[in-house]
Amino acid sequence: MAVLRSKRHSVSGKGQRVWSLVKKESRQVVRDPSSIALGIVLPLVLILLFGYGLSLDVMNVPVAVVLEDPSPDATELAASFELSPYFDAEFLTSMARAQQLMLARKVDAIVRIRPDFGRRLVVGDAEIQVLVHGVDANHARIIQSYAQGAINQWAARRTAKGQAVFSGPVTVQNRLWFNEANESRYFLIPGLIVLIMTLIGAFLTSLVVAREWERGTMEALFVTPVRPDEILLGKTIPYFVLGMIGLALCLLAAKFLFHVPFRGSVIVLISASMLYLLVALAIGLLISSAFKNQFVASQIALLVTFLPAVMLSGFLFDLRSMPAVVRVVTYILPARYYVSLLQTVFLAGDIWSVVLPNAAVLAGMAVLFLVFTRRATQKELV
Amino acid sequence: MFDALLRIFALTRKELLAILKDPRSRYSLFLPPILQCLIYGYVATYDLNDVPYAVLDQDRSAASQKLLAGLDGSRVFRRVANLERAVDIKNMIDQRRVVLVVQIDQDFERRLLSGAQANVQVIADGRNSNTAATAMGYVSSIVESFNSDWRTEHGQGDPPIRLSTRAWYNPNLETRWHMIPALIGTLTLLQTLLLTGLSVAREREQGTFDQLLVTPFRPSEIMVGKALPSMFVGIMQATLVLLVAQLWFRIPFAGSFFTLYTGMSLFVLAAIGMGLLLSSMAATMQQAMLFSFLLIMPFSLLSGLTTPISSMPESLQYLTYINPLRYAINIAHRVYLEGAGLRLLWPELWPLAIIAAVTLPIASWLFRHRLT
Repeated sequence: MAVLRSKRHSVSGKGQRVWSLVKKESRQVVRDPSSIALGIVLPLVLILLFGYGLSLDVMNVPVAVVLEDPSPDATELAASFELSPYFDAEFLTSMARAQQLMLARKVDAIVRIRPDFGRRLVVGDAEIQVLVHGVDANHARIIQSYAQGAINQWAARRTAKGQAVFSGPVTVQNRLWFNEANESRYFLIPGLIVLIMTLIGAFLTSLVVAREWERGTMEALFVTPVRPDEILLGKTIPYFVLGMIGLALCLLAAKFLFHVPFRGSVIVLISASMLYLLVALAIGLLISSAFKNQFVASQIALLVTFLPAVMLSGFLFDLRSMPAVVRVVTYILPARYYVSLLQTVFLAGDIWSVVLPNAAVLAGMAVLFLVFTRRATQKELV
Repeated sequence: MFDALLRIFALTRKELLAILKDPRSRYSLFLPPILQCLIYGYVATYDLNDVPYAVLDQDRSAASQKLLAGLDGSRVFRRVANLERAVDIKNMIDQRRVVLVVQIDQDFERRLLSGAQANVQVIADGRNSNTAATAMGYVSSIVESFNSDWRTEHGQGDPPIRLSTRAWYNPNLETRWHMIPALIGTLTLLQTLLLTGLSVAREREQGTFDQLLVTPFRPSEIMVGKALPSMFVGIMQATLVLLVAQLWFRIPFAGSFFTLYTGMSLFVLAAIGMGLLLSSMAATMQQAMLFSFLLIMPFSLLSGLTTPISSMPESLQYLTYINPLRYAINIAHRVYLEGAGLRLLWPELWPLAIIAAVTLPIASWLFRHRLT
């Protein structure tokens, strides 16, 4: 009877202890403007920036069109740059002026139609020169292909008028599955969820144990009856909730503000996100209890979680183009699996052959890191 | 006057000791920048190579083989499957086994020989639409060269119009040339904001800031004493990135070091002003750290590094004018790659000077007035 009672007592005592720790930690989060800023304000700012401002789609490229040939053919060609939605064309007659504009970075490209263009076109040997500002290589490459596109349009219009066949015999018809509109924000916003979960899960929590060590409150916790796994739970639960709030914000914005197509099921998305959040939390706490110094812990957390989530997850840069060594490294990064999962669930649907393996890896990592973290916490308490 | 200099020197020395004494914090000043340089240098590229693709060739003719040989020989594409039926396309793409599928209809060669237009269909995985668009661009240019070969071989002559393109300042269009010089600004901003923010917040958290205020130091002297060490470390880190860019990645330096360092000093001053302003709002180290991170994210997103400023909506373009990083990245690019001199850089320099001139005095005023 006594044993039973003490056992029951200990269970409810455990619950009580965890609950008070959760309460304490939550109050710390709510009362500290910086945690709220990182947990709620930053996600909102990022969502709005990515949704409204940032786009890899290039529009309105300022370009100088130097028209040195007044012939109707040349004028018509120059006009096709004005018609194109991709260019913001400024017409000039002197190359020197155009070069000045390019030097001052007022234009990103110069299209030069030489004085003999009309004459040589008749002979079938005309040339159009496109000079692009190459510093932003990706941007430059896009401008080149848009210039080619504007010229092809012009050629097609002439062909239609029966003036000559300019286009090649084979044409390419492109179809983009899952993102028919070719909107970069359709893949940037799911990627954003990864960044936000990483920030809340790993960056924010990398501070919390180190903070207690720095302020000396960790020793104070030792002398209470709290057990290590209870400390861990008390630290995990509030940030888990904060992370889920961040996720909810992102999902609502994605659906109602930016109308990103969502073709999978919410349950799959939420369970996968919980798994990833657990991994991130475990890594953050592990770093925090290993380094015991807020500055160092936060730097390490940025370096091993946030930076890889941006650079090495496939969110922005394609994993297949990376050097083999780097590609091998990406396999140990949880963000990689989560990004693949998110992009699939958002844009393609519940494709189980993609979802299940990625979710399994995340689950394995969650267990592994939680065990590590539990070990690290226990050692210090002994 | 001499006393003031002496006091500033003492404070600067103390700050440098606080930063450099702890070996772990010493490492975290120099190791992360180098690591980030290497990661950005090797990873941050939108160029593609080794793109897996599949083929559904329903024509199986000499012409279609020739077109596909062009794709296989390009070093960009790697053929992983030859499909038999159109339904297989869905499987290949859904499971992410390929980035794109090239489909050639069975009348491809017949149409070509009869002088009609022939089509090649490219179906790409849009889950990362940027990768897909780049890959489709590569396919187009390969088809383009197939076209001109075909015309020559079948006596249709060269295409009557040629596009000759040339890229200034970055002839081979390497993304690395764009990224690494920009890191001179980005990494310096990150570290200066953090260092300045933390140096004040640490004293506030440990209560030594109040002690500092009752010493004969004037607020402006405290400000200079806090700013100088961060400036020193910031310039050191800019130098570190510069060394990696030149010695490791061998990106040719077109400008003058004097111009670059003038621009960077002005930028570091503006960054320190922002860091000090931030630290006057932070009561603890955690707050200083999180606030500076909160500032750095929008700064780097709105700097024009990852997405061009001209593609942003107009209201956001105005917002970028108060972003010191925008100017720093411009300065780094223009001096490093374009070889611009001070006169051309003027439009980037004066905004930085204004940011510094506004933030630094406010910060030093806030040192004393925050307490009451």
